[in-house]
Amino acid sequence: MIKQISVFLENKSGRLIRVAQALGENDINIRGLSIADTSDFGILRMIVDQPDKAIEVLKGSGIMATVTEVIAMEVPDTPGGLAEVLTYMEEAGINIEYLYSFIEKPTTHAIIMMRVERINDALEVLKKNNVPIVGGDRIYSF
Amino acid sequence: MQNDFFSTDEFSARQKSGLQQAINHAFNNSPFYRRVFEQAGLEPADIKNPADFSRVPFTTKNDLREAYPYGMAAVPLDKILRIHASSGTTGKPIVAGYTRSDLDTWAIGVARICEMAGVSAKDIAQISFGYGLFTGGFGLHYGLEQLGATVVPFSSGNTERQLTLMQDFKTNVLVSTPSFAIYMAETARELGYNPREFGLRIGLFGGEPCSDALRKDIEAQWGLKATVNYGLTEVVGPGISGECLETAGMHILEDLYYPEVIDPDTGELLPDGEKGELVLTPMFKEGFPVLRYRTGDITRLIPEKCACGRTTRRMDYITGRSDDMIIIKGVNIFPSQVEEVLAGFKEVSPHYRLVLKKEKGFIKDLEIQIELTEEGFTDSYKELEALDGRIRQRLRSTLSLAPKVKLMEPKSLERTTGKAKRIVED
Repeated sequence: MIKQISVFLENKSGRLIRVAQALGENDINIRGLSIADTSDFGILRMIVDQPDKAIEVLKGSGIMATVTEVIAMEVPDTPGGLAEVLTYMEEAGINIEYLYSFIEKPTTHAIIMMRVERINDALEVLKKNNVPIVGGDRIYSF
Repeated sequence: MQNDFFSTDEFSARQKSGLQQAINHAFNNSPFYRRVFEQAGLEPADIKNPADFSRVPFTTKNDLREAYPYGMAAVPLDKILRIHASSGTTGKPIVAGYTRSDLDTWAIGVARICEMAGVSAKDIAQISFGYGLFTGGFGLHYGLEQLGATVVPFSSGNTERQLTLMQDFKTNVLVSTPSFAIYMAETARELGYNPREFGLRIGLFGGEPCSDALRKDIEAQWGLKATVNYGLTEVVGPGISGECLETAGMHILEDLYYPEVIDPDTGELLPDGEKGELVLTPMFKEGFPVLRYRTGDITRLIPEKCACGRTTRRMDYITGRSDDMIIIKGVNIFPSQVEEVLAGFKEVSPHYRLVLKKEKGFIKDLEIQIELTEEGFTDSYKELEALDGRIRQRLRSTLSLAPKVKLMEPKSLERTTGKAKRIVED
């Protein structure tokens, strides 16, 4: 499982910059991110190379952040690749809260970050269906 | 009404005997005021004329709240014909009980206010104030009946039907809050009507402050003459003061309600013309009498005579409050109520801010900005939205109004060492 950093962002200018700067100044690299927003606030979800340090840095800067566990999996970078994996989840009755793609150097597979309600069951389902799970060693570093 | 044209001497004589009567009644029949007098070392005989009246201690909102429900009664409860109540700061309302004589005095007073605003027995008046514990609906209802006008007691809500009946009944007087008058005009336009063709002649507005801009807008939209009136449940309800057609301040029914203006910090009496907190004494109230009630409303008594010829003094429009009460859509709100609700949620901090969303000078909506705590933040929208919903629901039931809730980052609201700036306008 991968440690994702979730940050609460008020819908106000300069909020995102503050987060990015705090991480940059502490040599923490952002490897992937996704932002979702409502009219009032947003949640920034990031994969960074040093999650534990990132949390420390953000909290120290007065930024509200928390760690969430997500699954990183490899999906064939072809039409229907994602649909197939989603079907496994659907059949197992596992609810997906959100997912987003993770940028990596071009290969034949795309990496998808996925947050689900029953994370251990989801891992089982993926293993059973031979969907490659990507570990922290590859996600956090180049 | 002849009382509005009394000479200065006549007013003085009336007030002298009226205040005497109020003091004697309170001292003899209200256990609350008996205690107040004893603690102040005062007897009714010490107050011989209005100049001595300032020796009587003030009565505050807090006194009335603590007297809940019947602690202010000065007559046996079987003499009370009706109960009204206004919202208080802590959920306990302030209760007012009226005897038959109180109801009559009240109705006559409201009738005078309506007459000053140009309403006559020939008019058809629709009341769009809520009926119920709030004094607005019933107060105007009996006052207009007293005057002989035809009353359509619609109450609030169901705007489309209100508009239909207004046209069918040939209503020419509208009684409502200023904001509701604007809302109705907007709704009328959306339905394809021209509000100016409704034939409304006069608007009697109250329940919340009405700025100049708002008044002009109402008049332009409806093609009516807008008048505002003033009152509060703690003293009697609507019908304490109101505008004549000069619309240059609100004539106080001085022969019924004795006005004073004080420095809110020192309690010192201020001369006419100076701005301070309005203090009112209803002189003929039997049921739940009050002496020198601190209204919290900031205004001044206008020393000049009014061009209309009435001799009752006018009070200026309310420019603020000595406490932090705000009025939104006719509902009284105290920041302390919000504080209490937030204290019940560990997911948010006790820091908050009330943002008054103003439009054309009146408060249209209330937004409550709240800081999340570490415990409150989760990665899940569903949970944050559910939290937002729970807080909103609690606020709604406490405030009797549905505010908007905005979740903020911790420490994003300004901290001050002194009194926190809890209320801002947007």
